[in-house]
Amino acid sequence: MSILRYAIYRFGTMLLTLLVVSVLVFVIINLPPGDYLSNQIAELKASGQSAGVAKAEFLRKEYALDRALWEQYMIWMGFMPGPHGFSGLIQGNFGWSFEFDRPVREIVGDSLWLTVLVNMAAIVFVYALALPLGVIAAAKSRTWIDYTSAFVGYLGLATPNFLLALILYYYGRKYLNIPIGGLMDPSFEGEPLTWEKMKSIMVHLIVPTIVIGTAGASAMMQRLRANMLDELGKPYVETAIAKGMAPSRMLTKYPLRVAFNPFVADIGNLLPSMVSGSVLVSVVMGLQTIGPALLTALKTQDQFLSAFILMFVALLTLIGTMISDILLVMLDPRIRYEGRES
Amino acid sequence: MTKLPDGRYVDDAPYDPQVSIQQLERRDLDAPNWVLIWRKFKTHKLGLISGIFLLFCYLMLPFAGFIAPYGANERNSDHLYAPPQAVHWVHEGEFLGPFVYPITAEADLETFQWVFKPDTTTPVPLEFFCEGAEYSLAGFIPSDTHLFCAPDGATLFLWGSDRLGRDVFSRILYGAQLSLTVGLIGISVSFFLGILLGSIAGYFGGRIDWVINRVIEILRSLPELPLWLALSAAVPSNWGPVAVFFIISIILGILDWPGLARAVRAKFLSLREEEYVRAAEMMGASSGRVIRKHLLPNFMSHLIASATLSIPAMILGETALSFLGLGLRAPAVSWGVMLNDAQNLASIEIYPWTAIPMIPIIIIVLAFNFLGDGLRDSLDPYQQ
Repeated sequence: MSILRYAIYRFGTMLLTLLVVSVLVFVIINLPPGDYLSNQIAELKASGQSAGVAKAEFLRKEYALDRALWEQYMIWMGFMPGPHGFSGLIQGNFGWSFEFDRPVREIVGDSLWLTVLVNMAAIVFVYALALPLGVIAAAKSRTWIDYTSAFVGYLGLATPNFLLALILYYYGRKYLNIPIGGLMDPSFEGEPLTWEKMKSIMVHLIVPTIVIGTAGASAMMQRLRANMLDELGKPYVETAIAKGMAPSRMLTKYPLRVAFNPFVADIGNLLPSMVSGSVLVSVVMGLQTIGPALLTALKTQDQFLSAFILMFVALLTLIGTMISDILLVMLDPRIRYEGRES
Repeated sequence: MTKLPDGRYVDDAPYDPQVSIQQLERRDLDAPNWVLIWRKFKTHKLGLISGIFLLFCYLMLPFAGFIAPYGANERNSDHLYAPPQAVHWVHEGEFLGPFVYPITAEADLETFQWVFKPDTTTPVPLEFFCEGAEYSLAGFIPSDTHLFCAPDGATLFLWGSDRLGRDVFSRILYGAQLSLTVGLIGISVSFFLGILLGSIAGYFGGRIDWVINRVIEILRSLPELPLWLALSAAVPSNWGPVAVFFIISIILGILDWPGLARAVRAKFLSLREEEYVRAAEMMGASSGRVIRKHLLPNFMSHLIASATLSIPAMILGETALSFLGLGLRAPAVSWGVMLNDAQNLASIEIYPWTAIPMIPIIIIVLAFNFLGDGLRDSLDPYQQ
């Protein structure tokens, strides 16, 4: 199988997974009894406002919430015609947010791209930090460099990242004058992308990136160190040293290449936790990603909004994992294309 | 080589005392596995200390109410946001035993904050084995005796008090009861599911393996926190704190099993081809017996080590959920619930002691990590 066919195969499995995930998400979202509108209707009836009840009833019909659950799912996905014909996720209609009384697309809008941006920045940070540190810690194992990096790594793993966020914000503002909260200066919100806005986003990204990436970076650093240590004990390393290679060149030329594959493959583990982290950190730091919207939506049972965000988050991790799988096959010719089944 | 004055030769190479421990003798090979593991684990100092520390913490849990000077939700409306109080021993050069200076609150009309002034002229000695707020020892023996408590007319806020005047120190002790057990319950759920599904998949193979494997892959590729959030948002708000606590720990466990199941499955795939498995099957052992008696004990220790390493994730998960207001809810006390109060920068800046619960969180998580690493390293006693 060529790499292209593998990519297509991998894309296919991703779509299938996404389908399963959509069912899962829909079920989870509908676990709490009732829905936003039926709760609202009950509330309105209790306070005797009949005008609102009529509107809510109308909305219930409009969004097919009065139908059976499986029908709701099919309509939401766009597999089945709803009250307005085929109009679901696959047709590009993300649904309606009852809480904000606006289409989901409008609410999430920019924040989708900012979510991707924050996570990309965090991943770049993780690799940029873990790669050199892991290699150095392995090469200088059992020296103070190793112990210090291990200590910092453990601390990074153990600190809940929302706390790290608060601490970094506090000291970042106090000593470095790093702006607090948000992903850009308020004056740029809703403005077209300009150089100034880019700069503002960059400055605001510093703390979130560190916060989201630290735990992942420490885990990855430790794994890279362990992999490197395994490789460093092998005879070919001894050969390389014996023939007089410079240590740094020897490290990058042989053991690092072998230890590098698990490092790339790790993105499959890294990405879900990273996205999790970014949701949490966004809530704490007030970043304009989908995190805060997800929290509000879940708390108010705003089902279309929360379902869409959950789907998006899942899609983000699935795409990331797919890319890492393809990358791995390109990097390592020993890996069979077919995966484990064959 | 160095030549000693008496003509003997001595090797200069540094002597590593580990070698004699690692060297296996004939009788070591006959020793039970756990003896060998323990011997190797003992050399892993950090892991050993962490293990003892964690054991101590867990043994202390039933007595949290006894050690805490105040009740979990006992309010002191006169002392909102009181700063930490020191316990003194010496007053004006005279040794008095442990005592505190009573503090009084004064409103600062410029900053609109309470200012607490200690009265350093009248030392009040602490009381021991005194009566205080009611609690239940180990969850079922009602008692109101405390190890130490605030003397009459004074307060004892070792780590300050929060926005309702509740003692942070006492609440951390009570919070430990929930925060530390969440991980244990969660890991039991995940352990059970992981071993069950992993062994079924690995042992029977075929279609059922394929299905379980897909489920594992799907669950592993999803971000945990949003799913945790969604699941905990589904917990009805009229449930009591105990029910919420159990359901939250189960939720934490439900999403954690795939990693374990994958490890179990991989082991089973290789082990089921071994001769002793064939022999057991030939003798008519049922699949359940082969799995339980012949296969699982092979790598139970590995599973325990990996479980130890995933407890911190659960503790952090509970903290995050409660912090966001979707986990445990007041009146339940957990470290996450406590940190919920410290959510904004202003309160951390003005009342830094409200963020103290993060210290036990970090320490416990670190300890679990060290313990897990130590266990993992010492699990294979036959490996040199």
